[in-house]
Amino acid sequence: MDEHPAPETPVHPQSPTVAHADDHKDHSHDAEHVSKHVKAYVFVGGVLLVCTGITVWLSYVDFGSQNRNIIIAMIVATFKAGLVAAIFMHLKEEKITIWRFLIFTAIFVFGLFMLTLLHHVDPIMGTTYSKHL
Amino acid sequence: MQIPYEVSARPDTGLYNAKLGIWLFLASEVMLFGGLFSSYIFLRIGADPGYWPHGLLNVPVGTFNTAVLIGSSVTVVLAWASLKMRRWNAYWGWMLATIICGTVFLAVKLTYEWPQKFEHFGVFIKQDAFPKYEPYLGNKHLEEEKREPRLEITGHIHQMDITRDGKLESILPKEKEEAVSPSEADGVLSEEGVKLVDYQVQLDAINADPSDKDNDRPHFRQRAVTEKIAKIDAADIASASAFFPRHSSYFSCYFLITGLHGLHVFAGVLVFTYFLLFGKKLYLRNPEHMANRVEIAGLFWHFVDLVWIFVFPIFYLL
Repeated sequence: MDEHPAPETPVHPQSPTVAHADDHKDHSHDAEHVSKHVKAYVFVGGVLLVCTGITVWLSYVDFGSQNRNIIIAMIVATFKAGLVAAIFMHLKEEKITIWRFLIFTAIFVFGLFMLTLLHHVDPIMGTTYSKHL
Repeated sequence: MQIPYEVSARPDTGLYNAKLGIWLFLASEVMLFGGLFSSYIFLRIGADPGYWPHGLLNVPVGTFNTAVLIGSSVTVVLAWASLKMRRWNAYWGWMLATIICGTVFLAVKLTYEWPQKFEHFGVFIKQDAFPKYEPYLGNKHLEEEKREPRLEITGHIHQMDITRDGKLESILPKEKEEAVSPSEADGVLSEEGVKLVDYQVQLDAINADPSDKDNDRPHFRQRAVTEKIAKIDAADIASASAFFPRHSSYFSCYFLITGLHGLHVFAGVLVFTYFLLFGKKLYLRNPEHMANRVEIAGLFWHFVDLVWIFVFPIFYLL
């Protein structure tokens, strides 16, 4: 049998009574909200599985060059990663503070990836390497 | 002392403590994996033609593992949803399913994929010896097709010939085994007074028939090692290794990134197992706190899934 313990005890040290009322409201609202989402989670899981199949299939299609195949695979992977982040990790409904973290992380990761370009261009010596020997 | 905002959200940020913490941690994880992925890009762009291998990993197995991990992402979110709806039994079931998925993923990696790589052997041929090994490399054909050259002969070690203090000796597979294990071969070569004379490699399909157009691009299902054997003289070898990290930049990236990812999966399984076995007490005392814990661990788990979504195509498919 499922057990249904009482809603959480107050933990809001500033104003326990108010917090309790809030928590209670929050929880019943949450539970309703969550139950609505369950189907969406399963659906997204299905979409991700289908996308995995598509990624595998696309990798055996010759798009003319390896680079094109890489770009296409990365587009599908980014779409999948976006789904995981937005739906499973609830980023779609997440607070602004979290988004701030992630925007800064994205900027730094972008910078990190751009560092690999220095492999091709040496800004100090002003040299460009098209193919290293 | 009661720590504030342990369970309920802080009014101004709308976040409870652990939520803030896990996202900061995940941001640092993004930088960690970002660093490794950017070194992958660096090494791959910098690789000379022919030095970035394709089709060495088992795609069906990789696809299966991807599906398992995606499945576990669904089950962990359902476990959290069950707690939110205060359905302990449903939570328990979904959590167990998540742990099983994580364990299956690790088991496939550690007992099948990696060991298989450790038994596979590759010999990079010196450039001036290319004509001699053309029947196994098929570079004329690849040039006609405008594809990258093939520099390596791969397969299983059928036999290894050595000289021990000047006397010729052959290392053969052990009884009941079909090939010489590369680690064993390395062990013999590291002994004093031992010099390599040649490897006799039981060829992969791609080297057995290198001019076959069908072998130009990797296949979904890996082809078995053929019966054909190539003798490769020690003087013609640029480097020889099992599919260990030292084999190539490709395999060192592969083992490092999938290894670190595997450790993350292992950590997730540990935490989930703790929640499964010891979560009831907290659930009865404060179910919302328990739900929050599962949400946090779930966020970590989804991130691990998200990393794999990129790892899978860049190593297995492209």
